[in-house]
Amino acid sequence: MIRWLKDLLASHAVADGAAVAHDIGAAVAEPPVRPTTTRGVTGVEPPAAVSVGAAAETLARQLALVIDLNVCVGCHACVTSCKEWNTAGSAGPLCDENAYGANPTGTFFNRVQTYEAGVFPLTETIHFPKSCLHCEDPPCVPVCPTGASYKRKSDGIVLVDYDKCIGCKYCAWACPYGARELDEERQVMTKCTLCVDRIYDEQMAPADRQPACVKACPTGARLFGDVKDPLSEVSIAIRERGGYALMPEWGTRPANQYLPRRPTSAVGATTPLPSARDEAFAAHGSGHGDTDGTGFA
Amino acid sequence: MNPAFSVIVFTTLAGAAQGLVVALALATLAGLSISASFLAGALALALVMLVGALGASFLHLGRPERAWRAAMMWRTSWLSREVIVLPAFIGAVGLWWLVVRFDAPAVWRALLLPLGCIAIAALLWYCTAMIYACLRFIEEWAHPLTILNYTLIGIASGSVLCCALAALAGEAVLLRAIAPWAFAATVLAGATRVLALRRNAALKPRSTLQSATGIAAPRLVQTSMGMSAGSFNTREFFHRASPRVYRQIRAAALMLLFVLPAFCMLWALSMSSEPAAAAPWLLALLLQVPGLLADRWFFFAQARHPQNLYYQVVS
Repeated sequence: MIRWLKDLLASHAVADGAAVAHDIGAAVAEPPVRPTTTRGVTGVEPPAAVSVGAAAETLARQLALVIDLNVCVGCHACVTSCKEWNTAGSAGPLCDENAYGANPTGTFFNRVQTYEAGVFPLTETIHFPKSCLHCEDPPCVPVCPTGASYKRKSDGIVLVDYDKCIGCKYCAWACPYGARELDEERQVMTKCTLCVDRIYDEQMAPADRQPACVKACPTGARLFGDVKDPLSEVSIAIRERGGYALMPEWGTRPANQYLPRRPTSAVGATTPLPSARDEAFAAHGSGHGDTDGTGFA
Repeated sequence: MNPAFSVIVFTTLAGAAQGLVVALALATLAGLSISASFLAGALALALVMLVGALGASFLHLGRPERAWRAAMMWRTSWLSREVIVLPAFIGAVGLWWLVVRFDAPAVWRALLLPLGCIAIAALLWYCTAMIYACLRFIEEWAHPLTILNYTLIGIASGSVLCCALAALAGEAVLLRAIAPWAFAATVLAGATRVLALRRNAALKPRSTLQSATGIAAPRLVQTSMGMSAGSFNTREFFHRASPRVYRQIRAAALMLLFVLPAFCMLWALSMSSEPAAAAPWLLALLLQVPGLLADRWFFFAQARHPQNLYYQVVS
């Protein structure tokens, strides 16, 4: 909604854009972790979005999702909403094979997986949505023999031109995240488009100009915005809440990031050994570490 | 990875054709007396194999009618480079076949085109292997041994084919010159392949479920991959052979591709009767064909794609 407007403004006038972004940042802040702007500006750790290596090409704007593992409840609303929007899009349907049979299969851009961490009784069930991470250095793009796979300079979205794709599957081999799926009916590679046909659609109400998965999430676990704008909601979330990238060891610099789980007083009070739990969190964090830097050699 | 039969056939068939052409080119450059009809026939066979390989590669595509587009991104994509170099190699071999067939000047027939064919064959092996070796997170492939394996296995299988053809056609001079070359190539290819297999068996993947999800807990298990049945991700990246079959294919590949043919060649080399006996060479060739397929199957099956970390439990 206003986020989109803010992105637009920010690219035009730095001063005006920053002011608007500041207001929005304060407005969407969650009560428990109020993003203190001072920490953001003088921050101990540099903003993740700006600290990328200078050697590779960096874009001025990079749209991405930030997924909050604290509040994802694993309802799959983002999965079905994504499928509904993208199967009805101009690019053609996403196939469903054997949909009512014993082994249904089909093309999805987004999947929610579930993991169990820890040893009973100190276990946690973590729902983990995963779609294309729109890497800043996407390994799937240079390997494409036809140029069907590309990364947009204007906003960093990684897309497939379905009219050029020959279905050789090499890009899927080259993606360590398994984010690409070959559509078995159309025989072309498909992937998350960040709903590029929604977010710029001026026919839509401004509030609807965001990815279908973000619109659908009932708990607000999915944030969408420009990670290169240090004052955007996503940048603030990454900075203030320890946003991290998947498989940092391969230097793909995913644009999508994940917000690690934090211990809360409510959970701490109900688990049998809150002190042990807190110690575990203190020792490991919950996934985010400064290991990112070492993997980039 | 789930080995695709089309890619297995393509890489082994093209590799053997390249090896055959390289053996013929080296023999020609060495000034051996080879009858023009034999040379033309062997080159024609190489052409048929290469065109067959090209056809197999089309079977891998979801949209083969758009295959011409694959030559576009040669600046960044090894697959695109291969798509350009393969027809170039077919063209060079075709040209050589033409000048041999129609007895063109010796500078073309016995110098320039053999040299060109060797160079393009080497380039093609490099492109084919780099398609796999450039994927840095498929650690079984991302190693110079991949390039060495593809090249040496192509040379070995092609020169065994060349020896079998020469033995059948009674080209004793050629056979005597190429036989030690074929034996050495087979032994060397086997040795480097064993090196690669040992390296891969000892490989500890850099990516873990922890780095893939960012959840640091030492005990972390997937309880659902997010779908009730399979998907492209579960079909494309898992070979699904049982551990027993997997080990058997590995053993069969080493025996059929390297060990048994090497013994056949020793048997052939120990016989000095004229005209050369074709039986050991034909036997070596017959053993190598399934060996090549098994070895290439294993090459793909052994590669553990990091995406498999995300797809462990169907529920």
